[in-house]
Amino acid sequence: MIAIIDYRAGNLTSVARALDYLKEPYKITADEKLLIESDRLIFPGVGAAGDAMANLKHRALDRLLPRLVGEGKPMLGICLGTQVIYEHSEENNTECLGIVPGTVKKFPDDLRDRGQPLKIPHMGWNTITFEKKHPVFEGLPADAEFYFVHSYYPAPSDENWIIGRTDYGIRFCSAVAMKNLIAVQFHPEKSGRPGLKLLANFCRWEGKNAE
Amino acid sequence: MLSKRIIPCLDVRNGQLTKGIKFKGNIDIGDPVAAAKQYYDEGADEIVFYDITASSDERDIMIDVVRRVAETIFIPFSVGGGIRTLEDMHRVILAGAEKISVNSEAVVNPSIIKEGAKAFGSQCIVLGMDVKKTALSDQIPSGYEVVIQGGRKFTGIDALWWAKEAQHLGAGEICLNSIDTDGTQDGYEIELTKLISTNVQIPVIASGGAGKPEHLYEVLTKGNADAALIASIVHYRTYTIRDLKAYLNERNVKTRMQW
Repeated sequence: MIAIIDYRAGNLTSVARALDYLKEPYKITADEKLLIESDRLIFPGVGAAGDAMANLKHRALDRLLPRLVGEGKPMLGICLGTQVIYEHSEENNTECLGIVPGTVKKFPDDLRDRGQPLKIPHMGWNTITFEKKHPVFEGLPADAEFYFVHSYYPAPSDENWIIGRTDYGIRFCSAVAMKNLIAVQFHPEKSGRPGLKLLANFCRWEGKNAE
Repeated sequence: MLSKRIIPCLDVRNGQLTKGIKFKGNIDIGDPVAAAKQYYDEGADEIVFYDITASSDERDIMIDVVRRVAETIFIPFSVGGGIRTLEDMHRVILAGAEKISVNSEAVVNPSIIKEGAKAFGSQCIVLGMDVKKTALSDQIPSGYEVVIQGGRKFTGIDALWWAKEAQHLGAGEICLNSIDTDGTQDGYEIELTKLISTNVQIPVIASGGAGKPEHLYEVLTKGNADAALIASIVHYRTYTIRDLKAYLNERNVKTRMQW
């Protein structure tokens, strides 16, 4: 069973519907026992880092999640769920879970692409340049695009964890992997077939990196 | 690099596509879920639903449509039309919509933008604006006026001011519809789109007037739009979404071709 971590963040139902489509059993839960029993975790979310951390603390998930990841349970972070695994976020100046060393930064206000000012949030479809192979990205076309919506981006302190980058005025880290953890800035559940393929891969992943 | 988005718009009344749209080809006439599925399969980057429904019983039908669409397509979709309260928003989001579009309701009660953004995040709140060209005046310095209630009521509100105000209140995106070009298939209102898009920092979806692939090219380049809303051009099967995207990509306007 897959546990979709419930901390009152936005798009839990979107992830659930994608898993329904893939016929993968899941529970949306914040229950300690269920989270411990689950085979793998999906940590989704849209919203702001400050509220997210407050909700995680309120449910004591700020201690449980680092522990479960430390014990080797495969976890997929999505968007805000990806951001709060770092140590700190500039959004609401928030102390986060610290599962991955690094920070989450705001896109600069003066982002440009070939002289044209860029909008914030970074909203829409963009490609990922894969820097490393990973089982969760297996079988995806190189020019596949994924749906992003965010104003902050992750900056892990060790670049070796970065497996994919995306261009939006700057080249930011759109996918990281560390042992049994994989975390993406985009929304696979809203990225059409390539996104569904990624979720299906995650549901089969044993939590071991290919490289 | 971010792709420009191509977004089909479906008008739904009592759970059915409105009669005004005569679907041809493989789309099951009148079924919005089948239409959404077809556009998803053909490479739509998002889907927009506008609910023309009035009573609360009919609203429940719309919620059911939203739920069935959410089970079928795995791209973002927004729902607009008659959403007045946080409770309305919550029901639509729970049914599976990513974005809520507010239009007349936001003019009457601007705090709905602020409350919605606080409760569900700015990325969730789209300001829909219906705009008509008008004489320049102190009250309307941009020469474009906001019109509500489906084009019936002039508000005396300047379109550029309202766009900036909505951004300030927390809207994450603006869907900008020109009443002058709407349904004409003669091309988008380029000047208006450029004016709004270059003066706000949030993405702008251009709406109203798409009849040929050139129109999309124009509004996404000269008009500086981040996305193009389309209706008749694909509803009548004159072009497929793939045709439109291929045309744009050949002219260096990047759109998503892999789906």
